[in-house]
Amino acid sequence: MVNVSLTVNGKAVSAAVETRTLLVELIRNELKLTGTHVGCDTAQCGACTIHLNGKAVKSCNLLAVQAQGAQVVTIEGVTPIDGLHPMQTAFRDHHGLQCGFCTPGMVMSAIDLARRHGSPSEEQVRAELDGNLCRCTGYHNIVKAVRAGAAAMKG
Amino acid sequence: MYAFNYHRATSTADAAAKLGANSDAKLLAGGQTLLAAMKLRLANPSDLVDLAGIADLAGIRKEGNALVIGAMTRHAEVAESADVRASLPALARLAGGIGDRMVRNMGTLGGSIANNDPAADYPAAVVGLGATVHTNRRKIDGDAFFTGMYGTALDAGEIVTAVAFPLAKRAGYAKFPNPASRYALVGVFVSEGAGGVRVAVTGAGSCVFRVSAMEKALATQFTAASLSGITVASDELNSDMHASAEYRAHLIGVMAGRAVTDALTAR
Repeated sequence: MVNVSLTVNGKAVSAAVETRTLLVELIRNELKLTGTHVGCDTAQCGACTIHLNGKAVKSCNLLAVQAQGAQVVTIEGVTPIDGLHPMQTAFRDHHGLQCGFCTPGMVMSAIDLARRHGSPSEEQVRAELDGNLCRCTGYHNIVKAVRAGAAAMKG
Repeated sequence: MYAFNYHRATSTADAAAKLGANSDAKLLAGGQTLLAAMKLRLANPSDLVDLAGIADLAGIRKEGNALVIGAMTRHAEVAESADVRASLPALARLAGGIGDRMVRNMGTLGGSIANNDPAADYPAAVVGLGATVHTNRRKIDGDAFFTGMYGTALDAGEIVTAVAFPLAKRAGYAKFPNPASRYALVGVFVSEGAGGVRVAVTGAGSCVFRVSAMEKALATQFTAASLSGITVASDELNSDMHASAEYRAHLIGVMAGRAVTDALTAR
């Protein structure tokens, strides 16, 4: 077992984990932050997307020990206690989800791309969401939601 | 995933010592291929030596007539680097087309070429630009680095530290991605530089290779039209559920033409 210390959603946390523990396992099983989902466990679907030092990464394809000393933000960390992040509101308003399983990863990717692109084009949103799979919506409403959410984030 | 011992290296020398201490130890760069292989128990290292803490392995700098990119530089950093975009835009586009955004935020240049997946993008750029691979022991000519499927010229305990990409007069890359994995069914990198014209193909065979007939034609006239009629034999090419060898041979011609067009397109 090794000791891992990192900051998750602004709070310093530390846990004793096996070296083979994945970051998503630390987040879900140890820290009980179950908003981050495991869809495929093969780094393809993007449901486990979180922000590692400000960048979107797949937490099922990362060891917990790789996040030693890092700043991690999960879907819980972007959601205000009473209400929703503008990107979450946009997903709701534009019917950007159906079953909702992929949504936490979609929102984390969307926030990252909105921060970098400001007002992303439809083409940019589709290219950037390459690593997030949704089996319900057919993506059109997700793209609309991301563009609206990006606009709302700019205020 | 089987259990393993984890080490965080503080320098390249430290990493080499830790790697040399056990013959079943492996280096951990971005982990985007290795960790997936370990989850499937296709890889079973006794020890992982993490390179992420070695600051001087990451970064992009211009050195004379070359861009020197550190082995731990992430794909997203290469894709977005103002230096790469200005002096080798085809390399920035290639890096921006690897995997997906989240994979590009972790995956590294050194990890990609050391693994030498037959369908990886970076080997096409290393050979297609005539780059030089720097290790902790020596400099290896890009043409001699990739030795076969998942094979490289690296010795046991040798660590890629950087790749020096010579600047080209023009360069282009085109790939036909597998729609699910985004790996190249066929990817072709072309360049015209001080060393002449180069055409490097990834995804089609067991390892990246050059097409001399295309290089000769492009040296005479660097246009997509000058490739017409040049075919690549399918005998040695990959054939699988995604594409037959004949289809891949056909795609080499199509992607080479698109790569030339990419190189000639002013942006």
